[in-house]
Amino acid sequence: MEMKEKMPIMPVEREREPQFTPLIAVSASAGAEDTSLDSARQPKMRADKVSVFYGDKQALRDVSINIYDDLVTAFIGPSGCGKSTFLRCLNRMNDTIPTARVTGRITLDDQDITGAGMDVVQLRARVGMVFQKPNPFPKSIYDNVAYGPRIHGLSTSRSELDGIVERSLKRAGLWDEVKDRLQESGTALSGGQQQRLCIARAIAVDPEVILMDEPCSALDPIATAKIEELIHELRGRYAIAIVTHNMQQAARVSQRTAFYHLGELVEYGKTSEMFTNPRQQRTQDYITGRYG
Amino acid sequence: MNKAAPSEPSGRWTDAAMTRRVRRRYAAEAIFRGAGLAAITLSVLFLAFLLWSMASKGVGGFTRYEAQLPIDFAKTDLFLDPAAIRGPDARSAVAGADLSGAISAAAKAAYGPAGTQLFGDAAVDRLTDAILANPNLVGGKTSLWLPVASKIDVAAKGEGSAAAEKIVAGLEQGHALRRTFNAQFLTGADATDPTAVGVWGALKGSVYTILVTILLAFPVGVLAAIYLEEFAPRNRWTDAIEVSINNLAAVPSIIFGLLGLAVFLDVMNLPRSAPLVGGLTLALMTFPVIVIAGRNAIKTVPPSIRDAALGVGASKMQVTFHHVLPLALPGILTGTIIGVARALGETAPLLMIGMRAFVAMPPRGVSDPATVLPVQIFLWSDEVDRGFIEKTSAAIIVLLLFMLLMNGIAIYLRNRFERRW
Repeated sequence: MEMKEKMPIMPVEREREPQFTPLIAVSASAGAEDTSLDSARQPKMRADKVSVFYGDKQALRDVSINIYDDLVTAFIGPSGCGKSTFLRCLNRMNDTIPTARVTGRITLDDQDITGAGMDVVQLRARVGMVFQKPNPFPKSIYDNVAYGPRIHGLSTSRSELDGIVERSLKRAGLWDEVKDRLQESGTALSGGQQQRLCIARAIAVDPEVILMDEPCSALDPIATAKIEELIHELRGRYAIAIVTHNMQQAARVSQRTAFYHLGELVEYGKTSEMFTNPRQQRTQDYITGRYG
Repeated sequence: MNKAAPSEPSGRWTDAAMTRRVRRRYAAEAIFRGAGLAAITLSVLFLAFLLWSMASKGVGGFTRYEAQLPIDFAKTDLFLDPAAIRGPDARSAVAGADLSGAISAAAKAAYGPAGTQLFGDAAVDRLTDAILANPNLVGGKTSLWLPVASKIDVAAKGEGSAAAEKIVAGLEQGHALRRTFNAQFLTGADATDPTAVGVWGALKGSVYTILVTILLAFPVGVLAAIYLEEFAPRNRWTDAIEVSINNLAAVPSIIFGLLGLAVFLDVMNLPRSAPLVGGLTLALMTFPVIVIAGRNAIKTVPPSIRDAALGVGASKMQVTFHHVLPLALPGILTGTIIGVARALGETAPLLMIGMRAFVAMPPRGVSDPATVLPVQIFLWSDEVDRGFIEKTSAAIIVLLLFMLLMNGIAIYLRNRFERRW
């Protein structure tokens, strides 16, 4: 596998508009390769009329959306709109909440993942997740990355495991920074490094989809830029869905954007069109900063 | 003027009412600090008083007086078969002989009629050992240092009767009295004569009892805590179990003793006075403490760690045993230390299952009759012989040192398992 040699400190695209500008600039690269029609594509994951209830309260109403292999899909919307809830349905993390109830159908490669026929442990290995707050295990950097391959038995020898750890850290753009201190605690790294370690941990089990739940909300702008650059790098290898509060970030990293409001999917489309020419009034109000 | 300008900060922050408030705030803080310091000082004083009182009273218990006794075996009525005391049953052969009478006769010859009160059981023990070590002594003349009787020992330490003081004075004049370290106190078991008693029997009983307790209560308690916290469904049954366990931790220990008596002795017919039964009873008492501490420790493990492990596809059990348990272990161990330390110092429930019996032999296993240190202390404190006073304090010192050792080990383990993040 080819390795990425060097990471630019800043993402290539640094164009930013002032907050009050009505429309948010979309990076030139964002929609560049995205010329084919969605109907011609085979979606990696497909959600069909998904609703989520927490006890009696409905948090998500009839969401239908597709996630594509080589595209980054951004979920945006105000707090409490259900975008994180939906993300957590995609690898059934909502199972850990006793009161949560999910209806509807979600498929991964046309296989239903909501039914009892799906082994949830395998599903989560295939659909990896990166969380809002960097949450490395209080173990060494090496053990953090090696944990997934170990429990799934993905390597037969120590040298093979070493290879997986190195490859994952390189893909996460962290290798050069930590290669001399793999035995140090993962919690001793800086916030941005910790988040990239978590990404390395997620890709170590070779997932097909990576879900990111506001991965940059706890990071400073430089660390954020590195993560965004990393998302560009990872696109094409994994289907990526990212929840973000930051609309510029959605515009910079994604090719598809879904806007959620009050538990509903209001609008879904190409990122370039969403930010320049939204179809719905609510979307326009949100991206122009009228509420949210 | 001041009141006229609420919008002018300088006036508002320096007027009389504000100054008064600031002064009151400082005064309140000073009073709080003073009270805290007083509380610390008071508790340090209490602790110092306890330790000083135990040490000053108990240190005498580790020493005893010995008097020199010339013995001419030919002149005593002692009959010992020279072949028997060299044979395999030498100890029982010597024990069968009237050593006490021989000592009494020799002492009478050396120190006059008062000499008969000079030596007690400890001297017989010592002479037995001497004869076994060197059978040639019998039949010849020798001079031995033997531990004195309790009455004389107490008098030599300055607390005895006038008659005993006189004997001591006489011995000291002849340089026939010396103070030595009492090794028998550390190696022996209970006895009727305070100069011959030892804590080893009770210490061994305590070790066996606490081992049974830990082996039973720790795994059961930790597993129960893990199941209740991580796996059990949240319903009415779980709530009922939780309330019961919390109540169990508050039940007076004597009631656990009665339970042990009824269940382990009457129903299961386990041996009376045995560390096994004591350990089982104390395990019942320690178990809820470990469950409660364990659950609290598991609760403090951040949910983000569980999410992280679940997110890479760990099963519920892998999350629990790879991540939650290692992170909760220091807290669980702290709870275990508290529970086991309480069990180690427990007396009441053990009285109920017969561990207050007089046991003159250290136990050789968990089913042998035994007593434990706190019960031994309780028994000795009840004795009339003045010689037991310092033995009681000395046994308390041994118990405290044993607890200190146990806690030290537990704290070492806790620090080893502690991980920082």
